Amino acid sequence: MFYRLLSVVQRQRTSRGWQNWPSARSGASAAEAHSVALPAQAQVVICGGGIMGTSVAYHLSKMGWKDIVLLEQGRLAAGSTRFCAGIISTARHLGIEQKMADYSNKLYQQLEQETGIQTGVQIYDRTSVVHVMIKKGEVTGVETDKGQIECQYFVNCAGQWAYELGLSNEEPISIPLHACEHFYLLTRPLETPLQSNTPNIVDADGRIYIRNWQGGILSGGFEKTPKPIFTEGKNQLEIHNLQEDWDHFEPLLSSLLRRMPDLETLEIMKLVNCPETFTPDMRCIMGESPVVKGYFVLAGMNSAGLSFGGGAGRYLAEWMVHGYPSENVWELDLKRFGALQSSRTFLRHRVMEVMPLLYELKVPRWDFQTGRQLRTSPLYDRLDAQGARWMEKHGFERPKYFVPPDKDLLALEQSKTFYKPDWFDIVESEVKCCKEAVCVIDMSSFTKFEITSTGDQALESLQYLFSNDLDVPVGHIVHTGMLNEGGGYENDCSIARLNKRSFFMISPTDQQVHSWAWLKKHMQLDSNLLLEDVTWKYTALNLIGPRAVDVLSELSYAPITPDHFPSLFCKEMSVGYANGIRVMSMTHTGEPGFMLYIPIEYALHVYNEVMSVGQKYGIRNAGYYALRSLRIEKFFAFWGQDLNTLTTPLECGRESRVKFEKGLDFIGRDALLQQRQNGVYKRLAMFVLDDHDTDLDLWPWWGEPIYRNGLYAGKTTSSAYSYTLERHVCLGFVHNFSEDTGEEQVVTADFINRGEYEIDIAGQRFQAKARLYPVASLYTHKRRKEDVELSDLHGK
Amino acid sequence: MSSPVSYWILNSARNSIATLQGGRHLYSRCVSSRNKSKRTLFSWASNTLRNNAPCGDFALPKAYRHTWTEEDDLHLQLSPEQVNEVLRAGESAHKILDPVSGAPSSVLRFESNQLAANSPVEDRRGVASCLQTNGLMFGVFDGHGGHACAQAVSERLFYYVAVSLMSQQTLEQMEEAMESMKPMLPILQWLKHPGDSIYKDVTSVHLDHLRVYWQELLDLHMEMGLNIKEALMYSFQRLDSDISLEIQAPLEDEMTRNLSLQVAFSGATACVAHVDGVHLHVANAGDCRAILGVQEDNGMWSCLPLTCDHNAWNQAELSRLKREHPESEDRTIVMDDRLLGILMPCRAFGDVQLKWSKELQRSVLERGFDTEALNIYQFTPQHYYTPPYLTAEPEITYHRLRPQDKFLVLASDGLWDILDNEDVVRLVVEHLSEAGRHKPDLAQRPANLGLMQNLLLQRKAQGLHVADQNAATRLIRHAIGSNEYGEMDPERLTAMLTLPEDLARMYRDDITVTVVYFNSDSIDAYDKRG
Repeated sequence: MFYRLLSVVQRQRTSRGWQNWPSARSGASAAEAHSVALPAQAQVVICGGGIMGTSVAYHLSKMGWKDIVLLEQGRLAAGSTRFCAGIISTARHLGIEQKMADYSNKLYQQLEQETGIQTGVQIYDRTSVVHVMIKKGEVTGVETDKGQIECQYFVNCAGQWAYELGLSNEEPISIPLHACEHFYLLTRPLETPLQSNTPNIVDADGRIYIRNWQGGILSGGFEKTPKPIFTEGKNQLEIHNLQEDWDHFEPLLSSLLRRMPDLETLEIMKLVNCPETFTPDMRCIMGESPVVKGYFVLAGMNSAGLSFGGGAGRYLAEWMVHGYPSENVWELDLKRFGALQSSRTFLRHRVMEVMPLLYELKVPRWDFQTGRQLRTSPLYDRLDAQGARWMEKHGFERPKYFVPPDKDLLALEQSKTFYKPDWFDIVESEVKCCKEAVCVIDMSSFTKFEITSTGDQALESLQYLFSNDLDVPVGHIVHTGMLNEGGGYENDCSIARLNKRSFFMISPTDQQVHSWAWLKKHMQLDSNLLLEDVTWKYTALNLIGPRAVDVLSELSYAPITPDHFPSLFCKEMSVGYANGIRVMSMTHTGEPGFMLYIPIEYALHVYNEVMSVGQKYGIRNAGYYALRSLRIEKFFAFWGQDLNTLTTPLECGRESRVKFEKGLDFIGRDALLQQRQNGVYKRLAMFVLDDHDTDLDLWPWWGEPIYRNGLYAGKTTSSAYSYTLERHVCLGFVHNFSEDTGEEQVVTADFINRGEYEIDIAGQRFQAKARLYPVASLYTHKRRKEDVELSDLHGK
Repeated sequence: MSSPVSYWILNSARNSIATLQGGRHLYSRCVSSRNKSKRTLFSWASNTLRNNAPCGDFALPKAYRHTWTEEDDLHLQLSPEQVNEVLRAGESAHKILDPVSGAPSSVLRFESNQLAANSPVEDRRGVASCLQTNGLMFGVFDGHGGHACAQAVSERLFYYVAVSLMSQQTLEQMEEAMESMKPMLPILQWLKHPGDSIYKDVTSVHLDHLRVYWQELLDLHMEMGLNIKEALMYSFQRLDSDISLEIQAPLEDEMTRNLSLQVAFSGATACVAHVDGVHLHVANAGDCRAILGVQEDNGMWSCLPLTCDHNAWNQAELSRLKREHPESEDRTIVMDDRLLGILMPCRAFGDVQLKWSKELQRSVLERGFDTEALNIYQFTPQHYYTPPYLTAEPEITYHRLRPQDKFLVLASDGLWDILDNEDVVRLVVEHLSEAGRHKPDLAQRPANLGLMQNLLLQRKAQGLHVADQNAATRLIRHAIGSNEYGEMDPERLTAMLTLPEDLARMYRDDITVTVVYFNSDSIDAYDKRG
């Protein structure tokens, strides 16, 4: 495949005998690459002549960019592209990966026809990039061992060396990936040589793959005990030592012979050792650096470079040419990581967990076990001692739920399930407590920025960056999207106006790098307009429940009735002995209660006070699973799960959060106006499952197909069990595909309401009611009379 | 505290294990009781002893330690895993990273290990790269009469070498930084084993002396600094003279004074290799040894010694000694194959008992040191007429590395006492090819998948797949575990490792080994570039 891509890029003769992989090796030397002097300048310099680099070059040139230089330190396709097992698989369990693989597959077929296209790509091999030159946060050129090239864009497709290359700049760029040795076996042909149409086989239980190779087999796998390599960087020793390690390969060989005992007599030809690159979350890395403009990355393919090469190259090329790709690639965006995932030790440990996972069953809500406890709240130990079980987001430990002392959970391995999980009852009691009394959830991981100016600069620039009206009285909190030109959500956040000139912005945890980069890019930051990341300064406690108000008023001696402290309001007040606590009347769940933003040195004090005062109101700790159940049953969509860069406020019923009538311009306004005119093509809806047996049926998790009147209409984006409705609730987008052409048509409220819906969970369809608005009864949280009596009882 | 048999044997006790053993026992008891009574005064000294003993603690974890008693269980058996654990505790290995730009380093990696016989161990080792000039330094230091001198030399010598190599400009920057109390340029980057005694960052006194040295270098007005040969030569001698002078000068601080005394009155031999590209220099003073493993074009391996042992079996050394002292001393200068009948190596750092005049020794010691508490060996050898008898002047060998030079072995005499050069090369070569045993060539290995699987399962069952990763460990394993026919004898190995602390030194010396592997490709490339 690679050579086809290459031959197209290079305008070389038609791929004479390059169709199949083995003979391609001779092809590599035949491909004449330039050995002349480098050009002084180019628009784009791509580092890495593997499948990724060439795919980016190919797509850029197809999109009309002409001035592209591709540099390869060795020979073209000399890294893992050359040695890879050559399997193109289109069976992927994740949406965006599936799309990339499908496209790649089509592209590779199409490439057979496509030859002799005039491209503007110049290829130089045996040229290594020393570092990228950067001025004022922008790429200005590339320093190679053969001289400098001035350029506007740099693309790091350096595969396993991408991490080192990223760090080699004056302004280091964190590209968290790490190589592991990877082995596969080549044999001589079978007695009756295998045909080229022999299917590829993956035996996930045996951790191996097998394919035809010149009539014999090629078989490798992803072992349980990977050998990470190049942790300290590139060194000759490890390159020299990249040799066959038969002892290490034994378990994979044994599982091959267990699956196919007749292969016993097959003659060995070679055991190939070809390092593969893995990332901390098993998904590839692409996009623009958050710190350097014009520095793009495409690497970390987790052993699927060939499958994704075409699609990934296309998305990155679109990103460079149009400013954003045609699909939502947030899950692959370099900006989902920060410098915090860039420690060599972290990467070494994490990839040892990631590589075996490739062939393991991916169960929902899986947490990595390595590289944990990096960022923690000051309350971590306290909560841990009370039975907290933890999940990690962007390096931050967050409590999932609290295991009561008398309760045992299943061992890690046994807890893996697609059915009702073992934490069901625990979360139920936490949810109940949120509904009836009060719970405290440590939510310190949320990203927190402060924007301050000397004059009106903060308000003015935020008004342009955010879709909702931020010109609100001091103390008000606004839910708003941060949209892109297409009106899609780059971020969904809550912003509190602290005073005339400063704002406090709360975003999802994994927005820390992305949001920061976006704001930096779009704001004229100077001494008059300051942006500060204060995530680390505050511990956030979420007091959820009808009695939260009682706890807080007892601790503050301040009136907290709805008259004094209406919903979505922010006040600085004292809590216990601690002064200057930022209290906000919101809980991210639609339940009554307060978020407390506490300067970290007061965290333990405030927590202790809350817990001791809260005792008589029945306070207890709760975790994110309870929060999730509460928010999803109330139709609260979350950025990163339900919302992404391609969904607009109008598509999820949030027109009221857009300042259309203000006459102010903001990013995405034109697109939204047009959408308001033309109607939306998808609409977020909430589905309540009707005939689903929580105990016995498989649970919906996310990604389940939605059927409207028997026709496919979209996929769910998140789901949770609502302990109040005693039903499963799913959120998902409904599309209106034309029955004849499959084309997308406008989706109206009427269209949603008039359908009969089913959610397909692993092949079984369950009836569901679609709703565009939350269930009203969930919002009636008037304090009932018996509550008062109950509290009196507790008071005694 | 422990008396290393090969060096400080007293005439009366020599050859008499029983006496010696008793003596040792008595001696350790004295030490412990004294330490108790003078805890406050010498707490620091005993602390250093403890701090400086990690290798000993590593190599012989408490569980395996035995104090000799008749009824003691001598049949304590170590499992193969425990044997490996003991042997591998002192392992260290570093890969040398390629520079971001420029040619890959001529050194691929090094592997090192240390096994103690003395308690605490008296050998030291060091590996560091010079940060202001090019080059890596590897050193093995074999202490005697205590570990203080070896410790000091291992901490300080590389700094002297690094400073000697600096250009005038760099030295000026250093001096400027010192003068204006600014942070200095970093001089060395150490590559240490976590169990290696903590190198004290150049303490202020040491730094002052280093500074005096570079000030003198500055006064020489040499733009490029010394060449490597001169640098090594001067550094050895300069450090030894500083060690000697430090204790003669009045020192205010009692801790520093006691330490300086311990350093000066104990001794250490040293062997240091400096590698910069294809330029290999080895400086040696004493009986540590450095050899090269060479693979000729025909595939045959041979050994190229890079040092001569400075001891009584070295005719050149004997002639030198005779030349340096009056004819009247010809018979007494070396007796019983020892310098003045006392010391086996005839070059060493420290050992001022063999360097100073009697008067000087007396006047220094009369300044009120508690020599016993400080474990100072105070004596005047017989026939002590024309000191100094001992020098730290190194013998320096230059070798331009060739692609056929594959590895360098530096080791203390604990290894060379048992294995000869050829054995060592053979063992390292075996180690290398064994590492490649994962890669048998097509002709020899099982031809089909089934046979291969059988072989692999067999290897797994035998535990063959976890051989020593470290060549130094392999050398030590063979040094102490080989029987008289040169074959590996697991029982002997276990027995040697379970020897009680007090006895271990009868049967083996501290062993320190560092194996440095060269990158033939980059040496070849260097050659071609000229």
